[in-house]
Amino acid sequence: MSDADGLRISGLTLELRGQRILDGVDLVAPAGQVTGLAGESGSGKTLTGMTVLGLPPAGSVLGGSIEFRGTDLLTLSARQHNALRGEELAMVFQDPTASLHPMISIGGQLTDHVRHHLHLGRAQARARALEVLEQVRVPDPAQALRKYPHEFSGGQLQRIAIGIAIACRPSVLVADEPTTALDVTVQAGVMRLLRDLCDELGLTVLLITHDLAVMSALADTIVVMRHGRVVEHGPRYDVIRDPQHPYTRDLVEALPDHRPRPTGGRP
Amino acid sequence: MAGELVFDEVTVRYGRPGRPTVTAVDRASFRVRPGEVVGLVGESGCGKSTLAKLACGLVPAAGGRATFDGTPITPYGLRKRPAQLLRLQMVFQNPYASLNPRRRVAAQLQDARAIHPATAPSVDDLLRSVGLDPALRTRYPHQFSGGQRQRIAIARAMATGPDLLIGDEPIASLDASLQAQVATLMRDVALASDTSLLFISHDLSVVRLIADRVVVMQAGRVVEEGPTEQVWSAPQEAYTQRLLAAIPLADGLGTIPDVAPA
Amino acid sequence: MTLVSTTTRPRRRVPEALRSPLTVVGVVVAAGWLLVVVLGPLLQPADPLAQSPDRLAPLSAAHWFGTDSLGRDVLSRVIAGARISIPLSLLLVALSASVGSLLGAVAGLLGGVVDEVVMRLADLVLAFPTIILAMVVAAALGPSLTNAVIAMLVVTWPQYARVTRSLVLGARDREFVVAGRLLGIGWFTSLRRDVVPNVAGPVFALTTLDFGNAILLLSGLSFLGLGTVPPTPEWGLMVSDGVQNFTAWWVAAFPGLAICSIVLAFNFIGDALRDALDPRMQKAVGSRAL
Repeated sequence: MSDADGLRISGLTLELRGQRILDGVDLVAPAGQVTGLAGESGSGKTLTGMTVLGLPPAGSVLGGSIEFRGTDLLTLSARQHNALRGEELAMVFQDPTASLHPMISIGGQLTDHVRHHLHLGRAQARARALEVLEQVRVPDPAQALRKYPHEFSGGQLQRIAIGIAIACRPSVLVADEPTTALDVTVQAGVMRLLRDLCDELGLTVLLITHDLAVMSALADTIVVMRHGRVVEHGPRYDVIRDPQHPYTRDLVEALPDHRPRPTGGRP
Repeated sequence: MAGELVFDEVTVRYGRPGRPTVTAVDRASFRVRPGEVVGLVGESGCGKSTLAKLACGLVPAAGGRATFDGTPITPYGLRKRPAQLLRLQMVFQNPYASLNPRRRVAAQLQDARAIHPATAPSVDDLLRSVGLDPALRTRYPHQFSGGQRQRIAIARAMATGPDLLIGDEPIASLDASLQAQVATLMRDVALASDTSLLFISHDLSVVRLIADRVVVMQAGRVVEEGPTEQVWSAPQEAYTQRLLAAIPLADGLGTIPDVAPA
Repeated sequence: MTLVSTTTRPRRRVPEALRSPLTVVGVVVAAGWLLVVVLGPLLQPADPLAQSPDRLAPLSAAHWFGTDSLGRDVLSRVIAGARISIPLSLLLVALSASVGSLLGAVAGLLGGVVDEVVMRLADLVLAFPTIILAMVVAAALGPSLTNAVIAMLVVTWPQYARVTRSLVLGARDREFVVAGRLLGIGWFTSLRRDVVPNVAGPVFALTTLDFGNAILLLSGLSFLGLGTVPPTPEWGLMVSDGVQNFTAWWVAAFPGLAICSIVLAFNFIGDALRDALDPRMQKAVGSRAL
């Protein structure tokens, strides 16, 4: 686990039309770990993710720094940031259909992407596409390459979207509510996949979700945001079990309580 | 006390010319008794929302029969909804689409009050009952957050003096921090006025929080039904067990639920 | 971001929307033309029909906009033309929007046979090039202004029907429309209270855009001798006259500018009104959450 591939966000501010939306965000996301960004909508968690990707809303005024491999991402030109995104920085969103082109086959989308970024030939790109689909555990990858997005279920599409995200072997993955649109049984599978990819590939995963249960299952450290600030930042267990900030306590207490899972539920 | 909804072996099929018909609901039977809070759970595509549509007369039954306090429910089409069925009201999933964007909140609550103007609570009382400031009555829907809009939608349904309230994934579009709150509010508001509640959700943990009884659906069929705690602690059907096992726990332990692929 | 806005008050929304510079330009230009329509004859320096031997004279103190091929004063003819083109086009657009939207809304809401009949009829009309079909209808009815308007109505209603139908189809299943029906209101009340106010914006925008088309269509028919007849000072006729005398640019340029300015003015106003009529636009600035 090299610290060099992690992200270090210091004093990140974002102003949009005179409004301060991010108000000094500090966090560290080490490589090989899932760092969770929790908070209600409007807390700035998504904006933080988008800023890391170099996609803040038009007209944003940024301050602070986002350190990645010794460079401050905020000093990059739009062009440099574009080049970095897709190769080193990847993303997965809540709605996989939004990030997949409906009229291009899965194979087409995957191979175009790797050919463009990794400069591979046709055959190599296809091999990489197959490898990636295998990695995200899409059944029958060779067949899947020929299919179109509408032929897959939501869970499979999210797997494919994750596959496209990791196809160019990025080191940072920003996952914004990646399981929110999925059913619980499917959600469990996608969480498992993200965890495994993080561990196997040493990815720096920035997990953005409002769902504390998902957070508790997946994140190593949890960052709780509110009104554009970090109100709590700590190891998963501490944040969930022993929240320090009153706001975090409210969030945890608002969860419907769980008893231990039923005995018959496990194989 | 009224407000009994009965599904008796109902089947709903969706068909388009030239395409195979899809059976969304397959001989489903269960009932919501007066004054009861029933949770209807299942994964997307299991037919739970179709049942809600059927109960509101929005889709026809291909077989079986649905009745509300003895009145058979049939699609109203272009006619007005029969007066007896107006005592069944619905709260929809999307708080951003369930209020007319061009009319003030008070006017929309007044529309609903018009069904029983003599007995309906005042607009101010309705807003208060869902935890909103009555001074907000002159605002437009876009001036409210999603959670507040859903509260207004609940107030609108309650303004009709319903005997049964159906919530079709009413919390699915809300922030997690609000979901349990709004669900509990729905239960409290319904119980306070002797209204039965059919709460449809894919979120089992919330259903557990508010429902007296749970009905589990899978692929259009009712697979399990029983008192909430009983289903939760001793699920009988393999599907229910699988569903419950898949819920992640906010225990801080980093356990990812282990679910065998279907 | 997604907080409740506490500062906006619905009463102030129209003035706010009308504050944009383009809207002000639109209002000023349109008001100017309205004044011309009302005051018309008082503003004309000469009789728009009076011919003189001074043909195709360039711009001068006597003829600010020059003269045309028959020596008529172009300025006077542009002013007189406003009294024909503007009211006629407004009338046409109003008629066509009313007829088209009503048919489209009913088709969308009732569906079934009504929908099929109305929309196939619309397809039939749309299958022909607009101007050709208008020509055929106008020729069949005989050349006169009334018949030209009828002909144009026949060819322009389908686009309103189509747009309104698709909007109504989209709105019909929106949750608040369904919620309204669940409260026990009939389809007509639903249409009036929940559907129409929420689909009126785009239709309204279409009418402002269509105003330009109406002027052009009217001019086209006039050019072909099926609408207004010479020597009526109609803008379209004047442009076509100018096209034949292209060395004298002013003959076509000034009526052309007149058409251009009024069409643009209406577009600006239409945009602003559409925004102002939509309460959701109030908080669009500074509140778009990601």
